[in-house]
Amino acid sequence: MTISSELKDIFTKNLRTSGIYIAFVLIVLLFTVLTNGLLLSPTNITNIVLQYSYVLVLALGMIIVIVGGHIDLSVGSLVALTGAVSAVLVIKGGMPWWVGMLAGILTGALCGVWQGFWVAIVGIPSFIVTLAGMLLFRGLTYEVLNNISLSPFPAGYQKIAGGFLNGLLGGYGFDTFTLVIGVIAVAGLVVSAWRTRQGRVKYGQQVESMAMFLGKNLLSAAIILWFFWQIATSRGMPIVLIILGVLIIAYHVLTTKTVFGRHVYAIGGNLSAAKLSGVNIKKINFWIFINMGMLAGVAGVVFSSRSNGAQPGAGNMFELDAIAACFIGGASTTGGVGRVTGAIVGGLVMAVLSNGMQLMGVGASAQQIVKGIVLLLAVAFDIYNKRRVGQGS
Amino acid sequence: MDTTILQMQDITKTFPGVKALDGVNLTVQQGEIHAICGENGAGKSTLMKVLSGVYPHGSYEGRILFEGQELKASNIKDSEAQGIVIIHQELALVPYLSVAENIFLGNETQRGGFIDWNETNQRAAKLLARVGLDELPVTPVGQLGVGKQQLVEIAKALSKNVKLLILDEPTAALNDEDSAHLLQLLRGLREQGITSIIISHKLGEIEDIANTTTIIRDGQSVEALDMSDPASTQNRIIRGMVGRELSARYPDRTPQIGEVVFEVKNWSVYHPTQQDRKVVDNASLQVRAGEIVGIAGLMGAGRTELAMSVFGHSYGRAITGEVHMDGRKVDTSTVGKAIKAGIAYVSEDRKKFGLNLIEDIRVNTTAAGLAKISSNGFVDGNKEIQIAEHYRKSMRIKTPNVMAKTGNLSGGNQQKVVLGKWLHTAPELLILDEPTRGIDVGAKYEIYTIINELAAAGKAVLVISSELPELLGICDRIYTLAYGRMTGQLPRAEATQERLMELMTIERESAR
Repeated sequence: MTISSELKDIFTKNLRTSGIYIAFVLIVLLFTVLTNGLLLSPTNITNIVLQYSYVLVLALGMIIVIVGGHIDLSVGSLVALTGAVSAVLVIKGGMPWWVGMLAGILTGALCGVWQGFWVAIVGIPSFIVTLAGMLLFRGLTYEVLNNISLSPFPAGYQKIAGGFLNGLLGGYGFDTFTLVIGVIAVAGLVVSAWRTRQGRVKYGQQVESMAMFLGKNLLSAAIILWFFWQIATSRGMPIVLIILGVLIIAYHVLTTKTVFGRHVYAIGGNLSAAKLSGVNIKKINFWIFINMGMLAGVAGVVFSSRSNGAQPGAGNMFELDAIAACFIGGASTTGGVGRVTGAIVGGLVMAVLSNGMQLMGVGASAQQIVKGIVLLLAVAFDIYNKRRVGQGS
Repeated sequence: MDTTILQMQDITKTFPGVKALDGVNLTVQQGEIHAICGENGAGKSTLMKVLSGVYPHGSYEGRILFEGQELKASNIKDSEAQGIVIIHQELALVPYLSVAENIFLGNETQRGGFIDWNETNQRAAKLLARVGLDELPVTPVGQLGVGKQQLVEIAKALSKNVKLLILDEPTAALNDEDSAHLLQLLRGLREQGITSIIISHKLGEIEDIANTTTIIRDGQSVEALDMSDPASTQNRIIRGMVGRELSARYPDRTPQIGEVVFEVKNWSVYHPTQQDRKVVDNASLQVRAGEIVGIAGLMGAGRTELAMSVFGHSYGRAITGEVHMDGRKVDTSTVGKAIKAGIAYVSEDRKKFGLNLIEDIRVNTTAAGLAKISSNGFVDGNKEIQIAEHYRKSMRIKTPNVMAKTGNLSGGNQQKVVLGKWLHTAPELLILDEPTRGIDVGAKYEIYTIINELAAAGKAVLVISSELPELLGICDRIYTLAYGRMTGQLPRAEATQERLMELMTIERESAR
């Protein structure tokens, strides 16, 4: 394999996986030009992280749900419910911030148990179960909040989504701690890529050329370092970015390196074959929904912290943002295909679209129209690619 | 009789990177049954797709002359309008619609958008009589067996005034009785002047019914055999297909048989939905180490049901009886427990039950034995590649590496991946359900060799097959099942097709 043929493959044979990254770069470039560089300014990058982190958290759970061959329509309502439970305890009950946080996550997990029971044990299609959950959890939110909004949260709770870790290692016009984290992230990425490559080579598997490997990794390293530099020169390391980063790494590992992850792909890819291979279908499906509920709880806490209160109507349509992120990120509508990294980039595409249009002063109605069309085109592109590749075999 | 109805001249069809057809010629006479033979992947299906318009005119090179006119079909509708109808291996019927609705689907008898039900059902009844199917036109197709569904497909073709009927593997899923009926029907249609092209792996059938056989190998038409010539035997066809003489269809083996490994005692299984229907009735059997044991039975005798109910109670309900491994009673009530007890089951339908087709060889190979290469819930990726590579080499799976998607492999190679997957679980007993279904002759021989190697390594092997010659060729002992009951067992030396068939057709006593 030569570097030039590999580069060609990125735009031809492997377009299905690389397409989302190319599209992301194009969208970022487009809005950078349209907003005269405002999009990539340090302040705005920090804003994007703070504003859309909850969608990315939801997308992490949703990609596992979708790969497993299910769907979850209830996460928007669940974000509202978990935020409401947390708000009642902290604002009304005067409990410390961490009690509210844990209660929110626990509520999410319990709702996940409820839905997992109906999907995995009773065997009702997830579309129906979570449609019911969408109504049910929304109703419970109104009950918990007595139909009124609660605010404000004490300062400790607000920090979850709005706080920064600053000055831990001193600041010199930029935050050193943020940069150290950035360097660690780059080192971790490169080391793990190198070890995978070495493993493949050792067992005689085909790997990309050294030039391609170096090029790819240098490019990612440069982008990550630049990103951390931008936020270091703005307000420093957002706490929510740390939460998000840990979750992304954890779920990437969970889906690619663990038995649980493998079983999710197996039941989404061919349920009957998985069953006859000894995969405990009920258990896996149960955990898929418990996990989704738990992450909805995390998103609920982050969102209530960010909006500094709980509203009965919070989280409306969040499920659609999360689902859209997964499909834009290349997940298959029939299950078995999809990656955490794809879902995250898909979520970022939605985030940059919204943020870019807001910066340009585009109205909410036009934003919805554009997002809808992008989702449609992304899936159409995916189907087109599948057909194109399929004809070769 | 001596007029040419179809001529395909120098058909070449290229896919990106692959030449699927390379200058194929096919000449079919009016009113004959013309067989097309070739190994899997030789290009038979591609050729039929070119003919039926699935690949439109212009996407291939060469000419098609049908009844003297050049055929330029841009879709299936065009070729059907000319009287060319194809019946695919996977039947394209809607199970919830009635027989009549299926026959006229897309071609409804209508007046101004409203369906004339009386005429529809009346015309359907006439067509059903013509194909010899004794069912009401209003019966939902899902209630019919595969054999009868096949007849509905033919009735559908007849409703379109078919002149040339193409059948892709029509008898692959049928039992002997249904197959015989279908072949008889084709003879009848021949007398009515309908020309048929039949693709089949069952060479006995072809010898029986075909007037001419065209052999395709590696995308090229090798030869056309006149089947009235006594030299055109099954072996002659095989020689054409593989390009060499296949001296023996079954590899030699000297059995070394040890102690009883696997024993089933008084096994009974009820149908999952029909209340009183016993699918397996008090069956008992044993398999020894190093022994290859066959189960023969007609469709519906309960062979697959027996195997699947033993393997993790994957079929049926109210299951009673005992399973013993190495003399100890074991619990096989879930697939996980059955695997732990040392049982492996290779399903008859590898695409539906055996493989995750969108995943690569590596992931499929370890799917049933992930526990063996993981610790604390983490999969050891390098070990996984190592194991998949091991089976790729020892099974002679034809791909450069284990990252190839299993969906792109040929049937024989897919079956090898499934075998590798189950060997990775280190079973003591392998149940192989139709291990060579839909696999071409050359690859079959390789699968038999692998089975022999397993027995030589001391594994107990239980083979279920609809093809009696296959059972006679590879098994040391053969059990017969009829209507869910064990009706006998024959050692290899005493078994013949006739004796097996006798035992397979013993009817149930009238008392329940």
